[in-house]
Formats: sequence, C-alpha cells, structure tokens
Amino acid sequence: MDEKKTAWERLKLVHTKGRPTINDYIPLIFSDFYEMHGDRSFGDDKAVIGGIASLDGTPVTVIAQVKGRDIDENKACNFAMPLPEGYRKALRLARQAEKFHRPVICFIDTPGAYAGVAAEERGQGEAIARNIAEFMTLRTPIISIVLGEGGSGGALALGVCDELAMLENAQYSVISPRGFASILWKDAEREEEACNIMKITAEDMVRLGVAETIIEEPLGGAHNDLDKISENIKEYLLHKIPEKCKKDIDVLLKERYTKFRKIGEFTE
Amino acid sequence: MFDDFFNVVKLRFNGSDEDEKPSFKCPRCQSSVPVDKYEELYRVCPNCNYHGRLSAAERIAITVDKDSFSELDPEMKSGDPIEFPDYQEKQQELRSATGLNDAVVTGTATIKGIEAAIGVMDSHYMMASMGSVVGEKITRLFEYASEKGLPVILFTASGGARMQEGIVSLMQMAKTSGAVKLHSDKGGLYITVLTDPTTGGVTASFASLGDIIIAEPKVLIGFAGRRVIESTMKQRLPEDFQLAEFMQEKGFVDMIVERKRMRATLGHILALHGCSGKES
Repeated sequence: MDEKKTAWERLKLVHTKGRPTINDYIPLIFSDFYEMHGDRSFGDDKAVIGGIASLDGTPVTVIAQVKGRDIDENKACNFAMPLPEGYRKALRLARQAEKFHRPVICFIDTPGAYAGVAAEERGQGEAIARNIAEFMTLRTPIISIVLGEGGSGGALALGVCDELAMLENAQYSVISPRGFASILWKDAEREEEACNIMKITAEDMVRLGVAETIIEEPLGGAHNDLDKISENIKEYLLHKIPEKCKKDIDVLLKERYTKFRKIGEFTE
Repeated sequence: MFDDFFNVVKLRFNGSDEDEKPSFKCPRCQSSVPVDKYEELYRVCPNCNYHGRLSAAERIAITVDKDSFSELDPEMKSGDPIEFPDYQEKQQELRSATGLNDAVVTGTATIKGIEAAIGVMDSHYMMASMGSVVGEKITRLFEYASEKGLPVILFTASGGARMQEGIVSLMQMAKTSGAVKLHSDKGGLYITVLTDPTTGGVTASFASLGDIIIAEPKVLIGFAGRRVIESTMKQRLPEDFQLAEFMQEKGFVDMIVERKRMRATLGHILALHGCSGKES
C-alpha cells in the first residue's frame, strides 16, 4: 500500500483513463453472470446493472453502478449517474435476493445521482430514500464496495450494508470536491483544496466508522494490474460472504442498524 | 425562550432602518408585501399563496395545543467530525443569533388533545442542513415514538446534507431513514409536512418516507438544486418546477394543505389513525 498519496492524488488516480470498471471486474470475480433489466415500472437505467451470478459456487445478487471505459460507453451509462429507475431496479433485485436467500453485493462507482428534469419528475429523492430505508431491513447479507467514486446520496442508495469496503484509492464523499468548493466557496476551481480537507479517502472512512475494510490496489493503482485487483476483491468477498451468511439474520440486522446508528459527533 | 425567539426573528425581518416601512419580497411572485401584513398572515403571500419560512418556535406555537410542547435533547450541539475550518465559530455565532443549538427542534406535544412526537426543522440555522445533531435528534425522536407508541410528525426544511461535516452528514441519511423504517415496521404512523425548502439529502431520506406526505402551497421540494440542473441541462426551467404543486402532479405529495388548516388537518388525520388523547 502506498500511504503517502494525498486525497487529490488519489482522485486523479480514480479518474485515470483505464481505471477498471464493473464491466472489467464481473467476468474475473464471478461466473455465470445473468443480467436482469428494468424496474418493472418505468424503464431500464443503464447506469445501474444488476443480476445473479455465482461466486465460487455461491449464488449471489450483484448490483453495480456502471462507469464507461470510453466516450460511447459513458454516454450509454450516463457517466454512472443513475436515474430513479436505476435505484428502483436495484431495490427490485435486492428484494429478489432476499426472497431467494442470496447475499447482495453492491459495487459503488458514481459521481452522484443524476441531477436533471427527468430525475426530479420521477422522484430521485424518493427513490434514494426508499433504497436506504429498505436496505436497512433487507433480510439477507449486504456487502458494498466502493470501486472509485462514491458520490453523495447517489452512492448511499447502494451503500446501506453490513460491511463497506473501499478500494485503496477509492473515495466516498457527501458531494464531489468540485461541488463542495462550488457550494461553500462559490468557486469550483478550488476543487483540489476541497478534496484535501473533505476527509474522503479510504483511510478516512475507516477512521470515521463508515468503512470496515480497505482492499489493496496494485502499485500505482488498480489499472496497473486488473487480474491482481480482481483477485483481491474476490478474496475479500470469499472471506466476508460466508462470515455474514453464518450470522443469525436478526443479529445481522441489529448490527447493520447499529453500524449507522453510531455515526455522528455531538455533545449534550 | 419562545418569546425571545419571536423578537429575534421580528428584528431580523424588520431590519434596522426605522424610517422606511419594511416590505417582504415574495420569492415566487416577486410582489412586495408590507412586513406587518405578511406577518399578520402567518407569512403567507397574499398575492400567490406562497407559504414562507417560519422559525421552529413559531411553527410549534401555531401547530400544537397551548403549553403542550415538551422539548427533547435541547442541549445537543454538533462536534467537528472532519475538523472543518471555522465551523465551530460559525455555529457559535448562529447560536447567539437564533437562540437555537442546531437546525431541528424535537419533542412531544398534543394536537387537538392527541399526543404526538414532533420535529421541526428551522431554515434560519445553516439552512437547516443535516449534520450529526439533526441526524441524532430525528433518530432519537423516532426511537422514542416507537417505544411509546406515538405517531411522528416532522416539519421538514433543509438545504440538504451539512457540507461542513463531510461524510458524517451523508451517513445521517442512513441513520434517520433506518429509524423511520423500524418505526414503520412496528406499525407507527409518520406524517411528513414538507415546508420551504425541502431539498437534497433530506428529500433523499426521511422527508420522502412519510406514510402521509403533506406539503404547504408553493414550497420548493426537490433533490437537486435548480441552478445545478439548469447548468447541466443548459436550459431554463419552468417557473413551477419543483414546487409543491408540481411534485403533487408527479405523484410525490399526498396533499397540499394551507397553513391555516394545518393544525385541524393533522388533528383529523391523527384521529383517523386511532391515535388517542393524552391520558392524564
């Protein structure tokens, strides 16, 4: 692990062309992935993919935000910014997993939920809120992994889980550093400064009780060795999924609630 | 405390220039309304019916039975989880200016004799952004209500997550929504009243999770900010975009209730859910 990088340097790494996306990881981590489309209500959002797969013989449900690897892919997946129907598809698949007692694995990789007229008209806020509330009591284990960017409520909609892991250079934040600078200082150009004071690195997440595990990236970043980073993610899942599946579900749910319940800093 | 509060708010509204008769400019119809007239109407614009912003104390005063409000966790103050420059100083100033310790006041009260757990967000405190204190107090309110079998009524208003608390503020969305879900799973009633403005992380958490979602007329309700959307889409948005009426049209608001009817409406809804009068 290279611990000397600043948050800004890590953000640059996450934005490096060639940074692996979920479409690179799925064939290397899972076998027999069958993608399932649509929210059964409005449509099929390409910024969120989901389906069933085998993790070394264990059936699992995979839900992930999709970043494009080139401009065409990015246009198709709306630069990983989901619409409400993407979150509703995620919830549908999570409930399906609950019914068939499959653990859920969520991969977070989004700058944030899409901000636009269509998103507002179809209830972006409601869709995210519903996922957060429903995932909190979903009666099957949930593991979430932040692959690159975990931006705001758009990330949290796949982030209510029993355990959160961060790739070493991944970041999780209340808003993108650019948005942060723009809102607080009315100057988006102060992005780097914002990035370095926001406390958004994997280590910050562990320290603040948001994440439990950091998954090591190959030297120089995930893009330098796709096989190695996939192996690291798979190893983590093979260790973590049985551990969570073994737990009594009511105990697991209590622990899930407590994990979030205790985050906050106040005096009285 | 409430009397002091009214004075603070009145002073702010009236400004310092005593020669000029102060007026309120309606953010919806842009008309100018004399402040005393606007105040007399409980801050409702007489031209377009925009329902303006109240302080938490004012909201409580016009909503619950006289002297029935009992506050929970009044002393809770935020820490500084990401050590954000000047955050504590800014809060200290706001505490003096508003008489609040943070952006939400919670407690129990009766409405038309029926006991309920009540939370009111106050946009005069950092635009009622949600940080540790808002998250914790709302979570505790739901936990308390669940334990006591009380309905919960929340008057929401918020600019969203509190940037100065970083990721910790984002996690308050999970904490509060989780508490709402547990209350709901136990059969508890939760009524949301969306007031101006309800946006961002609050819309994307407990504000959207009410069994019944009420909004005041012409208030702003949305996830993303209007300016953000306009800059992404590179187009002007219609005037009514993200207003209560628009959100009802799109299916996200059960009913729009005028301020003067709010207390009676809440009382009736509570009664229709079998909530009973306070035993004493």
